[in-house]
Amino acid sequence: MRYLTARKRAEGKGASHTGTEHHWQMTVSAVALAFLVPSWLYVFGKALGQSQEVVVATFARPFPAILTALILVVGMRHFAKGATMMIEDYARGTARKMALIGVYSLSAVIVATGLFALIKIAL
Amino acid sequence: MADVKRVERPLSPHLQIYRKQLTSVTSILTRITGNALIVAAVLAVWWLLAAATSPEYFATANAVATSWFGDLVFAGSAWAVWYHYLAGLRHLYFDAGKGLDIETAQKLGWGNIIGSVVLTVITILLVQ
Repeated sequence: MRYLTARKRAEGKGASHTGTEHHWQMTVSAVALAFLVPSWLYVFGKALGQSQEVVVATFARPFPAILTALILVVGMRHFAKGATMMIEDYARGTARKMALIGVYSLSAVIVATGLFALIKIAL
Repeated sequence: MADVKRVERPLSPHLQIYRKQLTSVTSILTRITGNALIVAAVLAVWWLLAAATSPEYFATANAVATSWFGDLVFAGSAWAVWYHYLAGLRHLYFDAGKGLDIETAQKLGWGNIIGSVVLTVITILLVQ
Protein backbone atom coordinates (compact mmCIF):
# COMPACT_ATOMS: atom_id res chain seq x y z
CA MET A 1 0.00 0.00 0.00
CA ARG A 2 1.31 3.41 -0.91
CA TYR A 3 0.88 6.21 1.53
CA LEU A 4 0.17 8.80 -1.14
CA THR A 5 -2.80 11.08 -1.11
CA ALA A 6 -4.79 11.68 -4.28
CA ARG A 7 -3.37 15.20 -4.36
CA LYS A 8 0.25 14.00 -4.19
CA ARG A 9 -0.34 11.68 -7.14
CA ALA A 10 -1.82 14.51 -9.17
CA GLU A 11 0.80 17.14 -8.39
CA GLY A 12 3.08 18.06 -11.28
CA LYS A 13 1.05 15.97 -13.73
CA GLY A 14 -0.60 18.93 -15.44
CA ALA A 15 0.45 20.06 -18.90
CA SER A 16 2.70 22.81 -17.54
CA HIS A 17 4.04 20.91 -14.49
CA THR A 18 3.81 24.18 -12.58
CA GLY A 19 0.25 24.11 -11.34
CA THR A 20 -2.05 27.07 -11.79
CA GLU A 21 0.46 29.87 -11.09
CA HIS A 22 0.67 30.91 -14.76
CA HIS A 23 -3.09 31.00 -15.16
CA TRP A 24 -3.53 32.98 -11.94
CA GLN A 25 -0.98 35.59 -13.02
CA MET A 26 -2.79 35.99 -16.34
CA THR A 27 -6.02 36.52 -14.40
CA VAL A 28 -4.45 39.16 -12.13
CA SER A 29 -2.86 41.10 -14.99
CA ALA A 30 -6.05 40.80 -17.07
CA VAL A 31 -8.11 42.42 -14.32
CA ALA A 32 -5.49 45.17 -13.90
CA LEU A 33 -5.49 45.83 -17.65
CA ALA A 34 -9.28 45.90 -17.74
CA PHE A 35 -9.04 49.02 -15.56
CA LEU A 36 -5.99 50.55 -17.26
CA VAL A 37 -6.61 50.05 -20.99
CA PRO A 38 -9.71 52.21 -21.70
CA SER A 39 -8.26 55.42 -20.24
CA TRP A 40 -4.84 54.75 -21.76
CA LEU A 41 -6.40 54.32 -25.23
CA TYR A 42 -7.91 57.78 -24.82
CA VAL A 43 -4.63 59.36 -23.63
CA PHE A 44 -2.54 57.73 -26.37
CA GLY A 45 -5.14 58.25 -29.10
CA LYS A 46 -5.38 61.94 -28.27
CA ALA A 47 -1.58 62.35 -28.28
CA LEU A 48 -1.02 60.43 -31.52
CA GLY A 49 -0.89 62.76 -34.51
CA GLN A 50 -0.06 65.84 -32.42
CA SER A 51 3.11 67.92 -32.61
CA GLN A 52 6.15 66.94 -30.55
CA GLU A 53 5.51 69.78 -28.04
CA VAL A 54 1.99 68.50 -27.36
CA VAL A 55 3.16 64.88 -27.10
CA VAL A 56 5.96 65.78 -24.66
CA ALA A 57 3.61 68.01 -22.65
CA THR A 58 1.04 65.19 -22.47
CA PHE A 59 3.43 62.53 -21.21
CA ALA A 60 5.11 64.97 -18.82
CA ARG A 61 1.88 65.17 -16.82
CA PRO A 62 1.61 62.67 -13.91
CA PHE A 63 -1.57 60.83 -14.92
CA PRO A 64 -0.61 60.00 -18.54
CA ALA A 65 2.97 59.18 -17.49
CA ILE A 66 2.06 56.86 -14.60
CA LEU A 67 -0.74 55.25 -16.63
CA THR A 68 1.63 54.60 -19.54
CA ALA A 69 4.27 53.16 -17.17
CA LEU A 70 1.66 50.80 -15.70
CA ILE A 71 0.44 49.79 -19.16
CA LEU A 72 4.04 49.02 -20.15
CA VAL A 73 4.88 46.93 -17.09
CA VAL A 74 1.58 45.10 -16.65
CA GLY A 75 0.79 44.87 -20.37
CA MET A 76 4.17 43.46 -21.39
CA ARG A 77 4.07 40.98 -18.51
CA HIS A 78 0.62 39.88 -19.71
CA PHE A 79 1.93 39.68 -23.28
CA ALA A 80 5.03 37.64 -22.38
CA LYS A 81 2.98 35.13 -20.40
CA GLY A 82 0.24 34.97 -23.04
CA ALA A 83 2.73 34.50 -25.87
CA THR A 84 4.36 31.78 -23.75
CA MET A 85 1.08 29.86 -23.84
CA MET A 86 0.96 30.10 -27.62
CA ILE A 87 4.60 29.04 -28.04
CA GLU A 88 4.15 26.09 -25.69
CA ASP A 89 1.20 24.96 -27.80
CA TYR A 90 2.93 25.11 -31.18
CA ALA A 91 6.71 24.75 -30.73
CA ARG A 92 8.91 22.00 -29.31
CA GLY A 93 12.52 21.62 -28.19
CA THR A 94 15.08 24.22 -29.21
CA ALA A 95 12.61 26.25 -31.27
CA ARG A 96 10.38 26.58 -28.21
CA LYS A 97 13.25 27.70 -25.98
CA MET A 98 14.45 30.25 -28.53
CA ALA A 99 10.96 31.62 -29.06
CA LEU A 100 10.36 31.91 -25.30
CA ILE A 101 13.66 33.73 -24.76
CA GLY A 102 12.88 35.97 -27.74
CA VAL A 103 9.44 36.90 -26.41
CA TYR A 104 10.71 37.66 -22.91
CA SER A 105 13.59 39.70 -24.32
CA LEU A 106 11.33 41.69 -26.64
CA SER A 107 8.97 42.43 -23.76
CA ALA A 108 11.86 43.57 -21.58
CA VAL A 109 13.23 45.81 -24.34
CA ILE A 110 9.81 47.42 -24.87
CA VAL A 111 9.37 48.07 -21.13
CA ALA A 112 12.89 49.49 -20.75
CA THR A 113 12.57 51.70 -23.84
CA GLY A 114 9.15 53.01 -22.85
CA LEU A 115 10.19 53.76 -19.26
CA PHE A 116 13.38 55.48 -20.49
CA ALA A 117 11.32 57.68 -22.80
CA LEU A 118 8.86 58.53 -20.01
CA ILE A 119 11.67 59.41 -17.58
CA LYS A 120 13.44 61.52 -20.19
CA ILE A 121 10.21 63.41 -20.92
CA ALA A 122 9.53 63.86 -17.20
CA LEU A 123 12.99 65.27 -16.41
CA MET B 1 4.48 -9.79 -28.80
CA ALA B 2 6.48 -10.20 -32.01
CA ASP B 3 3.73 -9.28 -34.45
CA VAL B 4 1.96 -6.50 -32.72
CA LYS B 5 -0.55 -5.11 -35.15
CA ARG B 6 -0.39 -1.39 -35.59
CA VAL B 7 -3.80 -0.14 -34.70
CA GLU B 8 -5.21 2.59 -36.90
CA ARG B 9 -6.15 4.99 -34.18
CA PRO B 10 -8.48 7.87 -34.94
CA LEU B 11 -6.75 11.20 -35.10
CA SER B 12 -8.09 14.09 -33.13
CA PRO B 13 -9.86 16.57 -35.40
CA HIS B 14 -7.28 19.01 -36.70
CA LEU B 15 -8.05 22.61 -37.47
CA GLN B 16 -8.03 21.96 -41.22
CA ILE B 17 -10.98 19.55 -41.10
CA TYR B 18 -12.73 20.70 -37.97
CA ARG B 19 -15.91 22.56 -38.83
CA LYS B 20 -15.60 26.18 -37.82
CA GLN B 21 -17.91 27.22 -35.05
CA LEU B 22 -18.52 30.59 -33.47
CA THR B 23 -17.07 29.40 -30.18
CA SER B 24 -13.85 28.09 -31.73
CA VAL B 25 -13.36 31.09 -34.03
CA THR B 26 -13.88 33.59 -31.20
CA SER B 27 -11.41 31.62 -29.07
CA ILE B 28 -8.74 31.57 -31.81
CA LEU B 29 -9.28 35.28 -32.47
CA THR B 30 -8.52 35.98 -28.81
CA ARG B 31 -5.06 34.49 -29.24
CA ILE B 32 -4.41 36.15 -32.59
CA THR B 33 -5.47 39.62 -31.44
CA GLY B 34 -3.53 39.38 -28.17
CA ASN B 35 -0.30 38.39 -29.85
CA ALA B 36 -0.71 40.75 -32.81
CA LEU B 37 -0.87 43.73 -30.44
CA ILE B 38 2.92 43.48 -30.08
CA VAL B 39 3.25 45.30 -33.44
CA ALA B 40 1.40 48.35 -32.11
CA ALA B 41 3.39 48.15 -28.87
CA VAL B 42 6.69 48.32 -30.76
CA LEU B 43 5.49 51.19 -32.96
CA ALA B 44 4.04 53.16 -30.02
CA VAL B 45 7.15 52.82 -27.86
CA TRP B 46 9.43 53.77 -30.76
CA TRP B 47 7.26 56.85 -31.39
CA LEU B 48 7.42 57.78 -27.67
CA LEU B 49 11.20 57.31 -27.60
CA ALA B 50 11.50 59.58 -30.63
CA ALA B 51 9.34 62.24 -28.95
CA ALA B 52 11.67 62.11 -25.94
CA THR B 53 14.83 62.31 -28.05
CA SER B 54 14.86 65.07 -30.68
CA PRO B 55 12.65 66.95 -33.20
CA GLU B 56 14.40 65.21 -36.13
CA TYR B 57 13.90 61.74 -34.66
CA PHE B 58 10.27 62.57 -33.84
CA ALA B 59 9.66 63.75 -37.40
CA THR B 60 10.82 60.35 -38.70
CA ALA B 61 8.88 58.22 -36.20
CA ASN B 62 5.78 60.41 -36.40
CA ALA B 63 5.79 60.20 -40.20
CA VAL B 64 5.69 56.39 -39.92
CA ALA B 65 3.17 56.36 -37.03
CA THR B 66 0.77 58.66 -38.89
CA SER B 67 1.31 57.21 -42.38
CA TRP B 68 -1.19 54.83 -44.00
CA PHE B 69 0.84 52.01 -42.45
CA GLY B 70 0.64 53.58 -39.00
CA ASP B 71 -3.08 54.24 -39.41
CA LEU B 72 -3.60 50.62 -40.45
CA VAL B 73 -1.63 49.30 -37.46
CA PHE B 74 -3.26 51.56 -34.88
CA ALA B 75 -6.82 51.27 -36.24
CA GLY B 76 -6.44 47.49 -36.50
CA SER B 77 -4.95 47.40 -33.02
CA ALA B 78 -7.83 49.46 -31.63
CA TRP B 79 -10.14 46.69 -32.78
CA ALA B 80 -7.70 43.98 -31.62
CA VAL B 81 -7.38 45.48 -28.15
CA TRP B 82 -11.16 45.82 -27.74
CA TYR B 83 -11.78 42.32 -29.05
CA HIS B 84 -9.12 40.93 -26.71
CA TYR B 85 -10.56 43.04 -23.88
CA LEU B 86 -14.09 41.67 -24.28
CA ALA B 87 -12.83 38.14 -24.86
CA GLY B 88 -10.76 38.47 -21.68
CA LEU B 89 -13.81 39.55 -19.70
CA ARG B 90 -15.65 36.55 -21.15
CA HIS B 91 -12.76 34.36 -20.02
CA LEU B 92 -13.00 35.70 -16.49
CA TYR B 93 -16.73 34.96 -16.57
CA PHE B 94 -16.05 31.42 -17.82
CA ASP B 95 -13.40 30.98 -15.11
CA ALA B 96 -16.06 31.80 -12.53
CA GLY B 97 -17.89 28.73 -13.85
CA LYS B 98 -20.61 30.74 -15.54
CA GLY B 99 -21.91 31.03 -19.10
CA LEU B 100 -20.49 27.67 -20.17
CA ASP B 101 -23.60 26.26 -21.85
CA ILE B 102 -23.46 26.44 -25.64
CA GLU B 103 -26.28 28.93 -26.09
CA THR B 104 -24.81 31.47 -23.64
CA ALA B 105 -21.27 30.95 -24.94
CA GLN B 106 -22.46 31.71 -28.49
CA LYS B 107 -24.35 34.78 -27.36
CA LEU B 108 -21.23 36.01 -25.58
CA GLY B 109 -19.23 35.28 -28.75
CA TRP B 110 -21.52 37.51 -30.80
CA GLY B 111 -21.28 40.05 -28.01
CA ASN B 112 -17.49 40.00 -28.41
CA ILE B 113 -17.61 40.51 -32.17
CA ILE B 114 -20.29 43.21 -32.27
CA GLY B 115 -19.09 44.89 -29.08
CA SER B 116 -15.51 45.11 -30.30
CA VAL B 117 -16.55 46.78 -33.56
CA VAL B 118 -18.80 49.27 -31.74
CA LEU B 119 -16.10 50.13 -29.19
CA THR B 120 -13.50 50.52 -31.96
CA VAL B 121 -15.70 53.00 -33.84
CA ILE B 122 -16.38 54.94 -30.62
CA THR B 123 -12.66 55.00 -29.76
CA ILE B 124 -11.60 56.24 -33.19
CA LEU B 125 -14.33 58.91 -33.23
CA LEU B 126 -13.34 59.98 -29.72
CA VAL B 127 -9.63 60.43 -30.35
CA GLN B 128 -9.46 61.58 -33.95
